[in-house]
Amino acid sequence: MAASRRMRLAAWHFRRSFASSLGLGLVTAIVLLALLGPWIVPYPDHAAGSVNLTGKLQSPSAAHWFGTDEVGNDILTRVIIGARLSLLVGIGITFAAAAIGVPLGILAGTAGGRVREVIMRLTDLFLSVPGLVLAIALVAALGPGIVNAMIALVLVWWPGYVRLAESKALSIREEPFIESARVAGAPSLRILWRHVLPNSISPIIVKMSMDIGQAILAVASLGFIGLGAKPPTPEWGR
Amino acid sequence: MLFYLLRRFALAGLMLFGLICLTFTIANIAPADPAVLAAGPDAGRSQIEQARREYGLDKPLPAQFLRYVSDLAHGEFGRSVASGRSVGRDLARYFPATLELCLLAMTIGLVFGISLGMLSALFKDRWLDHVTRIFAVSGIALPPFWFGLLLQLGFAVWLGWLPTSGRIGVSTEPGEPITGLLLVDAVLRGDGALFNQSLSYILLPALVLSLPCLASILRVNRSEMVEALRADYITAARAHGVSPWRLVTVHALKNAMLPTLAIIGLRWGWMMSSTVLVETVFDWPGIGLYAVSSAIAGDFKPVMGVTLIVGLNFMLVNLVVDLLYGVLDPRLRDA
Repeated sequence: MAASRRMRLAAWHFRRSFASSLGLGLVTAIVLLALLGPWIVPYPDHAAGSVNLTGKLQSPSAAHWFGTDEVGNDILTRVIIGARLSLLVGIGITFAAAAIGVPLGILAGTAGGRVREVIMRLTDLFLSVPGLVLAIALVAALGPGIVNAMIALVLVWWPGYVRLAESKALSIREEPFIESARVAGAPSLRILWRHVLPNSISPIIVKMSMDIGQAILAVASLGFIGLGAKPPTPEWGR
Repeated sequence: MLFYLLRRFALAGLMLFGLICLTFTIANIAPADPAVLAAGPDAGRSQIEQARREYGLDKPLPAQFLRYVSDLAHGEFGRSVASGRSVGRDLARYFPATLELCLLAMTIGLVFGISLGMLSALFKDRWLDHVTRIFAVSGIALPPFWFGLLLQLGFAVWLGWLPTSGRIGVSTEPGEPITGLLLVDAVLRGDGALFNQSLSYILLPALVLSLPCLASILRVNRSEMVEALRADYITAARAHGVSPWRLVTVHALKNAMLPTLAIIGLRWGWMMSSTVLVETVFDWPGIGLYAVSSAIAGDFKPVMGVTLIVGLNFMLVNLVVDLLYGVLDPRLRDA
């Protein structure tokens, strides 16, 4: 009962805010486009990369809303199909990075001592090289390609979550309810999972929602300089 | 104060060691056999074995690590497989171009970011404030390579005011480098034509690189100034008859500068990242373009060299920022 009232209140606040409604609309539109992509695009065979040199580099027109590229593919088609890969990759990177970073961060924040020191110094180390440069180095080591670009970006991305989760866990560790759980004899794993994690989750979700966009941009950047998806595959950096 | 300094330097030394470990690890996770890479594409088995011995790749990993560290200490970054040139020398040639670009971009970001942030705070909730805030949001949201392409199209292709790409005209001879920064060299030589030309080439990439930095400095500076202007010490200073100009530029700004400084340290690292993209778009011959072209060719040593240089650079800037913190806020010296 209380939960449903809370949900209704949240929904009401949400509808009142123009910015959130606009954001929800845009996100829904893009996700729908990406999901329905293969059935609604005007030139489905252009997605896989066809060659049609008579119609190359056309300006936008009724037949080609966004024009055509240098081998005559319809750009609107490739933007919509590219959205699938870009969204998927952005979400995948963010979740993988959080899955590595959050447990480490919570462990560092609650355990303290030597464990914390090791985890945090390792984090600092990864943060000491600017992200894109480190990602390029990793891609150079693993070889170019969309999967390796994703691995590289996950490896670059997780330290941010460690930082955030650690600082939240540090402040929660001092709360009285943790102490009382410990007094009640709860095992430490249960304290981490049932008490610390739920209370530190909201800033992590906020960071994840912002990072999905950043991750899409990062993959697009790697694609743009030629280290991401291979040319005929449509992706937003290309 | 001495303790503060020593601690900062010790931390920087530790980070440097960690950075070397990191590049060494990345180099060793590569699936390709480094001896095969070093011997070249058509090497026979005996040549590969010879390369393995020559580069010490037959030794155990700790011995390889020691050799790597001592090579780095001698400024030896290894050789590029593709061109056979020394990576150290290549880096020395390309780094000044990147440094020049980033310094100019940072200067643009600082000057406009701080002054616009200040104005925005002074005219809070008036139209000037709204315009600069919209500008700031768009500056952070635009991907740099896209904005770069747009500027190229507008100013170089349609208007023809500025050159599209490169660092200097093909027929221009910039002369023997003094600092390696073309703009500074031109000033030192008193060569106005060279200065104008290199300015026309650097302007667009520097603008693209500076925009996100400008936007975030603006945002932080605005909110800090709004906060500072409301503080009690400002009211007290005003009651003592301090002139409005001095009140804003000295009393409020100095207190608003601390978080701005932190942003500068972070943004410098970010700039070193996105310079890779900007250099690719504008064909700017810096270490970013060098790293990208090497990475595409599968040439490994240059990429590691760039990673080390960028990491080192980022660390030094953050060290300087930390020290400046101590200067600006005396309370931190005892921390």
